[in-house]
Amino acid sequence: MNVFDIIGPVMVGPSSSHTAGAVKIGKAARKLMGEKIINAQLLLSGSFYATGKGHGTPKALVAGLLGMEPDDERIPDSFEIAKKEGMKLKFGQVDLHERHSNSVQLILEGAHGRILEVIGESIGGSRINIAEIDGLEANFSGDFPTLVVHNSDRPGHIAKVTSLLSNQGINIAAMRLYRQGRGQNAVMILECDQEVPKDRIDALEEMDGIEKVTYYSLEEADEL
Amino acid sequence: MNYKSLQEIVNLAQSESLEFWEVIAREEAISQNVNQSQIFEQMRKMYHAMKQSITQYDSRQKSPSGMSGGDGEKMRQYRRTHQTIAGDLLSKIMETAMMVAESNACMKKIVAAPTAGSCGVLPAVLQVFEVEKGYHEDKIVEALFVAAGIGEILALNASISGAVGGCQAEIGSASAMAAGSVTYLEGGTMEDILHAATLALKNMLGLTCDPVAGLVEVPCIKRNVAGAMNAVVSAQMALAGIRSVIPPDEVIGAMASIGREMPVCLKETGTGGLAVTRTAKIIAESLS
Repeated sequence: MNVFDIIGPVMVGPSSSHTAGAVKIGKAARKLMGEKIINAQLLLSGSFYATGKGHGTPKALVAGLLGMEPDDERIPDSFEIAKKEGMKLKFGQVDLHERHSNSVQLILEGAHGRILEVIGESIGGSRINIAEIDGLEANFSGDFPTLVVHNSDRPGHIAKVTSLLSNQGINIAAMRLYRQGRGQNAVMILECDQEVPKDRIDALEEMDGIEKVTYYSLEEADEL
Repeated sequence: MNYKSLQEIVNLAQSESLEFWEVIAREEAISQNVNQSQIFEQMRKMYHAMKQSITQYDSRQKSPSGMSGGDGEKMRQYRRTHQTIAGDLLSKIMETAMMVAESNACMKKIVAAPTAGSCGVLPAVLQVFEVEKGYHEDKIVEALFVAAGIGEILALNASISGAVGGCQAEIGSASAMAAGSVTYLEGGTMEDILHAATLALKNMLGLTCDPVAGLVEVPCIKRNVAGAMNAVVSAQMALAGIRSVIPPDEVIGAMASIGREMPVCLKETGTGGLAVTRTAKIIAESLS
């Protein structure tokens, strides 16, 4: 906590959790996508569904998908902007019982065919948690450059990924591992102190046993 | 931050011959590893954003639910055309708090202070004091650090979230922060600042968060007006030398325990109190 969590943030109203947090979830999903989004399905859960309309939650989520920050005065016009930019939107409801009451499932399709499914939670104030990516646990805040590596659950993959980072001089701030079951799909979440260069991510994707690499950068990607 | 209670802020200030606000600014500079002047300018930007949240007011705006909009303008018109009960200064604070809180409901840009739902209290008090009483902007920024310090302690030892502590944690906190700010502006001692905040908080203990249709509108907007008034009232009591019988940090402890004991239906869940009145249910139904 710092004083600008108390006096701040500057944001478009009305709610830090239902509006500002929703923008941040959308923006995180956009960064994870890494390419222009052409189709977005937004499934709202819990309080996001029940009170989202009056809080502008759908507009805020879309604003984030378009790359806006919580203080962007165009948030109320995000639907029109999405239309102009060729982003198709579809809204619905989902019951994410095990998740925070303010949750959304985003199913995104990129211009180059990439498909990404993200579950984001707005956990209070305007803080968020990216709870799931492509059906596997993730749980990161978006405060650090974050590498999400989906791999098959076999020995040696973690060593490969961490040595690639260490060769690059990248320090790991936090690391979590999840798997569906022994020998099945697994995921590692690595929050880093430095940004991971694009060619290292490409190199990771080429590795044997690595199925998908998703990267959350603190910087805005140029190609978007 | 190097303090965990209001008293510790005062102790630090006294032992190092600093003002209350300087302790807050200095500790923030240390934790962010930047110069104190950078922190000061960052806070000035917050104040500018607050002032913008006032000047952008559009009397024709309506919230997406249709429940809010236009009331700040009504108050402004009333002040201009009538002999008000509260006098010019307080009337201006009232209408300003209303305007900012309405703008928040209408998806305009505001500064959460400490939350979006309570965003009208501090800007109303500080901007009207700057204009009407001629305080230099630097002094107002200092007063914002006073508010931030009080807010930090409330967040640390109680809560600033309606979902955790009810409305006492939102409007109550904003009001306590504003009371401390005003007391500082008016030349109060550090003890006056603490007791102003404490008296303001005590007046708001137990306040529930039961908004209609779960939206930050009813009763939140009008409560910003009440919170701003309560800040001025409490500051004046403290400046007159009146003290809270229960010491400041103990009152914050009481606020935390009240928040814990408060039923969940009255903590931003829309399942109790005002939110389940017959009219509220009809409104909620019409919006779904």
